[in-house]
Amino acid sequence: MKSPTAGWLFVAPALIVIGVFFFLPVLAALLLSFTDFDLYALADIGNLRFVGLGNYIDLLQTPMFWKSLVNTFYFVLVGVPLSIAVSLGAALLLDSKLARFKGLYRTALFAPVVTTIVAVAVIWRYFFHTRYGLVNYTLGFIGIDPIDWLGDADWSMPTIILFAVWKNFGYNMIILLAGLQSIPQDLYEAARIDGASFWRQLRHITLPMLKPTMLLVAIITTSGYFQLFAEPYVMTRGGPLQSTTSVLYFMFEEGFRWWNLGRASAVAFLLFLLILGITALMLRIGRRGEDSA
Amino acid sequence: MIAALVSACKPAATDHTTVSFWAMGREGEVVAQLLPEFERRHPTIHVDLQQLPWTAAHEKLLTAFAGDALPDICQLGNTWVPEFAALGALEPLDDRVSTSITVAASDYFPGIWDTNVIDDVLLGVPWYVDTRLLFYRKDLLAAAGYDAAPTDWREWRAAMLAIKSKTGPDAYSILLPLDEFEPLLMLAIQQDDPLLDDRGTRGNFESAGFREAFDFYTSLFADDLAPRMSDTQISNVWNEFANGFFTFYITGPWNIGEFKRRLPADLADKWMTAPLPGLNGRGGGVAGGTSLVLFRDSPNKDAAWLLIEYFSEPAVQLRFHELTGDLPPRRSVWDDPGLAADPYARAFREQLEHAKGTPKVAEWERIANEMQRAAERVVRGGADTDATLKALDAEVDKILEKRRWLLEQAMTP
Repeated sequence: MKSPTAGWLFVAPALIVIGVFFFLPVLAALLLSFTDFDLYALADIGNLRFVGLGNYIDLLQTPMFWKSLVNTFYFVLVGVPLSIAVSLGAALLLDSKLARFKGLYRTALFAPVVTTIVAVAVIWRYFFHTRYGLVNYTLGFIGIDPIDWLGDADWSMPTIILFAVWKNFGYNMIILLAGLQSIPQDLYEAARIDGASFWRQLRHITLPMLKPTMLLVAIITTSGYFQLFAEPYVMTRGGPLQSTTSVLYFMFEEGFRWWNLGRASAVAFLLFLLILGITALMLRIGRRGEDSA
Repeated sequence: MIAALVSACKPAATDHTTVSFWAMGREGEVVAQLLPEFERRHPTIHVDLQQLPWTAAHEKLLTAFAGDALPDICQLGNTWVPEFAALGALEPLDDRVSTSITVAASDYFPGIWDTNVIDDVLLGVPWYVDTRLLFYRKDLLAAAGYDAAPTDWREWRAAMLAIKSKTGPDAYSILLPLDEFEPLLMLAIQQDDPLLDDRGTRGNFESAGFREAFDFYTSLFADDLAPRMSDTQISNVWNEFANGFFTFYITGPWNIGEFKRRLPADLADKWMTAPLPGLNGRGGGVAGGTSLVLFRDSPNKDAAWLLIEYFSEPAVQLRFHELTGDLPPRRSVWDDPGLAADPYARAFREQLEHAKGTPKVAEWERIANEMQRAAERVVRGGADTDATLKALDAEVDKILEKRRWLLEQAMTP
């Protein structure tokens, strides 16, 4: 009698809360995605039509959905490696024995993570302003013509990527810094006695020892970057020419601007499956590396 | 302080009615100053005013509808009226207006009044109006050889070409932000061809009239008269207007006050407003603005209607105009010497006489956005106009699929 019942009783409050506030809404959203719930259905539930997989099939035939998918992959494939590289670089600099004022730099580099995105977006829009922007002004000195960063469909996504990397790298930097500090110093000492250069130490000690941390960072960043929304929302509103419309932005417009909640739920589930599949794949690749090592 | 809180929480006495009123943005802030007079005249009615920011208003109203928490009376953008009519949330007002002494339909600008009539039922009373027209730099236009604002498209284009030849590559003749659908819509609504078919069930964007407006709009970019820019790329329109970055700007009455306040002193007498040029003379534009509506489920409709009548009184409208700069929907208010003499408001009065409402379907705002995206594809992406407009009609037909289904349901009971 003791163990199972008592155990369940103890976890029951948590389970009920998770059930009511997580699983129930998710289930409701899944059901919603099989209907054409919209403004008219809100007025009179009799106007609701059950469409089965109609929303999903329709989405797969919607060019804008595919475009938002391509945009999101562009953002993830360029943004995630860049973000991790910048985080690692910053973490290595902070971890260096030569660095002074570490506390100050750590705080300064972490600051973008805790700033309000709407406020910094205003400043970034000025940075990237075609005529008055600091970026084009600086490029002017080395003879590069002004670039229409936010108005040219080819440059808007790179600008958003730069913005997102700057905004987010501090978070991973802190995690990687903790990982770096847990690497035993005697490994480096031994390497130095053997005459290993910095790059060889990085390749053969730092990176292998950081691997579990890196895997964690990569998965968190990837799943986060797939949910790109706030950056285009505040910088470009998905434009120009929908070049910065991400899957989540597309879902926001369908759901909360046009109140097609059925279609929006279907987008949410497709995105969920995508993130689930990709993170599972990443975990698998990460684990396989461990086995062979 | 505590006493005030306690009395605020106390349920109203039976002979007192509390009318809840939601108002948005600047109007919400200012309208409070008009309420003491109303409460003085109607001692048994208390108005409970709640202010909503415009950005959150639409969502808040829809959630309030879903949760049965709508107020008694509300300020509603007149493009939202069809949407809330589709929800069945609005109270028909025909009977109240026909017996009202204050609200005289014939005194209102016809285009504005009509936006509140859905399927022959009146659902709102116009509170203030807007339409977008030309704001322009008189000095730059004069330097290009024009003493007065253009009145038709041909003259307008000639003036823009003349300005461009003076300003060179670093400035433009007109600013048409590529993420704003309003300028193109203003040109398109001047045409005789409707934007949707007569029952509002299919797109009509391949019509000759729309094509004319669309070609005119896109040619301004092709000829480099307008910059290929979105709103988010222009840091400050007033600064840019002062710098002479553009000469013409299509915007609404709220910018009269902003221009007066924000332009440098030496530019104070160098700008003016003018009605939008039309294809052949007289232009016109979209009849916009907000209306006051009653909600069907309100238990206090009679008291709330008194508030609508109060806001509709010419004297109160004039006071409201002085407080906000919003333009009144009644012609009799415009006869006030102050307003009649205002040179910046004059163009609005002229254009409001023949302003037209947008198609009255709940999906309209989405359709207008799709229209603008089509224009952006041609302007920025170099897409082919024929194919783009064909795709636009197909897209609009898809958006209206549910509406067609509902109309069919209604016809076959």
